[in-house]
Amino acid sequence: MSPFWSAWIIILTTIFLIGICWVLMANRKTQNRGPDATTGHEYDGIVEYDNPMPLWWIQGFVATIIFGVGYLIAYPGMGSWPGVLGWTAVNQWQAEVDEAAKRYGDVFAGYSATPIEELAQDPKAMRMAQRMFANNCALCHGADAAGGYGFPNLTDNDWLYGGSPEQIKTTITHGRTAAMPQWGNVVGDQGVREISAYVYSLNGREADAALAAEGGKKFQMFCASCHGKDGKGNYAFGAPNLTDQVWLYGGSMGQIQHTLQNGRSGRMPAHQELLSADKIHMLSAYVWSLSNQ
Amino acid sequence: MNNQLEHPVYNYKVVRQFTVMTVVWGVIGMAVGVLIASQLAWPALNFETPWLTFSRLRPLHTNLVIFAFGGSALFATSLFVVQRTCQARLISDKLAAFVFWGWQLVIVCAIISLPLGYTSSKEYAELEWPIDILLAIVWIAYAVLFFGTISKRKASHIYVANWFYGAFILTVAVLHIVNSAAIPVSMMKSYSAYAGAADAMVQWWYGHNAVGFFLTAGFLGIMYYFVPKQAGRPVYSYRLSIVHFWALISLYIWAGPHHLHYTALPDWAQSLGMVMSLILLAPSWGGMINGMMTLSGAWHKLRTDPILRFLVVSLSFYGMSTFEGPMMAIKTVNSLSHYTDWTIGHVHSGALGWVAMVSIGAIYHLVPVMFNKDAMYSTPLINVHFWMATIGTVLYISAMWVNGILQGLMWRAYNADGTLTYSFVDSVEASFPGYVVRLIGGITFLGGMLVMAYNVWQTTRNNEAAATNPAASAA
Ligand code: HEC
Ligand code: HEC
Ligand code: HEM
Ligand code: HEM
Repeated sequence: MSPFWSAWIIILTTIFLIGICWVLMANRKTQNRGPDATTGHEYDGIVEYDNPMPLWWIQGFVATIIFGVGYLIAYPGMGSWPGVLGWTAVNQWQAEVDEAAKRYGDVFAGYSATPIEELAQDPKAMRMAQRMFANNCALCHGADAAGGYGFPNLTDNDWLYGGSPEQIKTTITHGRTAAMPQWGNVVGDQGVREISAYVYSLNGREADAALAAEGGKKFQMFCASCHGKDGKGNYAFGAPNLTDQVWLYGGSMGQIQHTLQNGRSGRMPAHQELLSADKIHMLSAYVWSLSNQ
Repeated sequence: MNNQLEHPVYNYKVVRQFTVMTVVWGVIGMAVGVLIASQLAWPALNFETPWLTFSRLRPLHTNLVIFAFGGSALFATSLFVVQRTCQARLISDKLAAFVFWGWQLVIVCAIISLPLGYTSSKEYAELEWPIDILLAIVWIAYAVLFFGTISKRKASHIYVANWFYGAFILTVAVLHIVNSAAIPVSMMKSYSAYAGAADAMVQWWYGHNAVGFFLTAGFLGIMYYFVPKQAGRPVYSYRLSIVHFWALISLYIWAGPHHLHYTALPDWAQSLGMVMSLILLAPSWGGMINGMMTLSGAWHKLRTDPILRFLVVSLSFYGMSTFEGPMMAIKTVNSLSHYTDWTIGHVHSGALGWVAMVSIGAIYHLVPVMFNKDAMYSTPLINVHFWMATIGTVLYISAMWVNGILQGLMWRAYNADGTLTYSFVDSVEASFPGYVVRLIGGITFLGGMLVMAYNVWQTTRNNEAAATNPAASAA
């Protein structure tokens, strides 16, 4: 804050507080013309007594002002005055985070050397991990980790980015951003219909054979690079397997066409800034355990 | 019939129109409140219909209860009080009619545009820029009407109620214009003129003063006329009025940052907001004390006069919510209460207990005067309404206190290993019983409003019969 604005705030606040005290003190006493004295004005039949203000009320008022002045000496408030306690919101937050790290760091560090497969067998560790999951992951993946529209199911051993302990850990640590391009303006509406029919039939369902045959050719041209020649997907791109019953965005013809027409870009946020490496290690074990028991 | 209702000196027509609309908008606004309260308990009641979803109806509720219901009550009473205490007719009947119809138009625009999803996304200032401009014009017309009438007054002094109304009118004009400043990109879309933390600060400078000037100063104006009038007693202390008036209006301006504790707002602004909020306690209570003490010597009237009971209970809720507010402004308390239903409870102890109750009391006083009757159609029905309103408010706010503290404690509970004990969903599940109790409270309060609507309707019927009573029209 520039010295000008700092001074501005200090002066304004001081004048204001003094002004309040002045109004209070200037009206403290009445002319005291007896208990039933009025001000002598009358408005539509209403008159006003000239009673003094209750003493306890004045005292309370003054007490809050004194507290206020004390607070502004102790804490930041008067412009760039830092306050004698040196408190800041950021310091308080940092102190709490450090304290938590000190108190609970060991709890998690104790598990960091245990391999994920082994950790997944530790009931106590998994209880802790489950609570972390409920607070950090459940809002997207569901409390039971079964996912929802656009959010993958983590319990079915069907993976976008791979289900090995290391792959899971990479997903959680660095996040993932899927890039399924939009094809509407490349292959046109007819192309979308043909390819959709082909994709629809990939997991054994009935589709218009003529359309699907055309679509199959286009699939090899445009899609195989990511989804594979056989459509079984590719962990490297997070391209889903299109030949099974599991769908991220629903398997109806309408949804498939929508995906092709407009593309998709699911985003799993990176957690390295949010959770310590030890916690991510434990969460990876938890996710791994969900489909490996 | 209109001729017979006209007052020989004052413009009662605009007062009468706003009085009736207060009841109408009260019923509609609170019915929307009941609907959104039930949606929070049973989400299926969103009916998968965009314009019926909670997110669109919530701003509709706040706009209707604050600006349509509360606004109409303020227009009706201020335009009544300013004429009676200045002994002067409104400066222009045409301008008065413009204010009435202009305001109704603003509300209708809100009722259409908010469910359609048009919003500037600033709380209590959601209306898009064309409606904002209309609102500003109507408001300036209102200011001209009010201050013009003050300048024509017969008495040399200005009555306290008018100080509060005046402060409310001036400040709301400034707040609205500054906070709604925006760059339009199309007919119904605009972007705020401010950005980042500055935008948040302007928004809550506005938001808190909407509370302070719309929902508090204006209604203190109501209190200062209708309490002494209904009790037939002099105002307790003129000096107290002076001190608490100046302290209140100057302190409110500083308090906005308490809505932004522990955010990106700089620390110094948060501290100042907290300190000024605490100092605000005494000036707020000044109003309550002045109202309550005005009743000394008239307490027995409470037994027979349910209108006075509305006014007294509203003052108690005012005292309670202005004690609670400064406590919630303390950072340590706010770190528990913020984002929880505690805030919602605080809001409604002010909104139902104070704003709605004091308006209801004033309207019950006004309706017979406006329609040339000696009294309301039924006093027992006022009494029924009083109990429904009180019970409804108590159910509403206690449910929200329990929920708020429950949520705050659940969110910060953690296990021996440092992991959080509950997920967010757990706290939503635990809030369900509170949501149902709140709904019951809301239905009870709304039921009371329907009783009022019936009572008002019956009072206004058969005007021919009563208009032959010339004594009432001279009152
Ligand atoms: C650049 C690589 C890439 C290419 C080329 C590509 N895809 Fe994809 N596809 C992806 C990725 C990555 C996803 C996952 C999207 C997500 O997770 O949001 C995906 C998702 C899909 C889905 C949704 C699967 C589900 O479970 O809901 C379908 C269907 C699909 N692709 C079909 C195709 C077809 C047909 C083509 C060719 C026209 C094609 N893709 C070309 C990368 C690709
Ligand atoms: C904001 C929502 C969100 C949150 C929070 C989130 N995820 Fe994800 N996650 C996703 C999305 C979306 C994908 C799929 C990305 C894609 O479409 O390619 C995903 C993918 C994954 C995958 C890869 C699945 C596969 O089939 O390869 C794993 C593992 C995973 N998440 C674990 C977690 C864990 C553990 C957490 C908690 C620490 C978490 N996620 C939090 C949205 C989220
Ligand atoms: C029958 C009566 C009422 C019911 C049932 C009701 C219900 C509700 C509900 C359910 C919410 C949303 C709470 C949330 O988001 O969790 C709400 C918000 C709100 N209501 Fe009411 N309400 C009623 C009357 C009133 C009245 C009379 C006023 C004002 C005069 C009012 C002012 C508000 C305000 C300002 C908010 C927003 C609070 C915030 O954002 O913190 N309500 N109300
Ligand atoms: C001295 C008086 C008051 C003070 C210091 C005060 C303070 C506060 C505080 C600290 C909050 C919570 C902010 C947060 O955590 O988000 C709040 C919210 C609120 N208060 Fe008050 N309050 C006072 C009086 C009132 C009165 C009388 C009313 C109503 C008539 C009222 C209406 C509201 C509303 C509507 C909100 C919710 C704002 C929102 O988040 O949408 N307050 N108040």
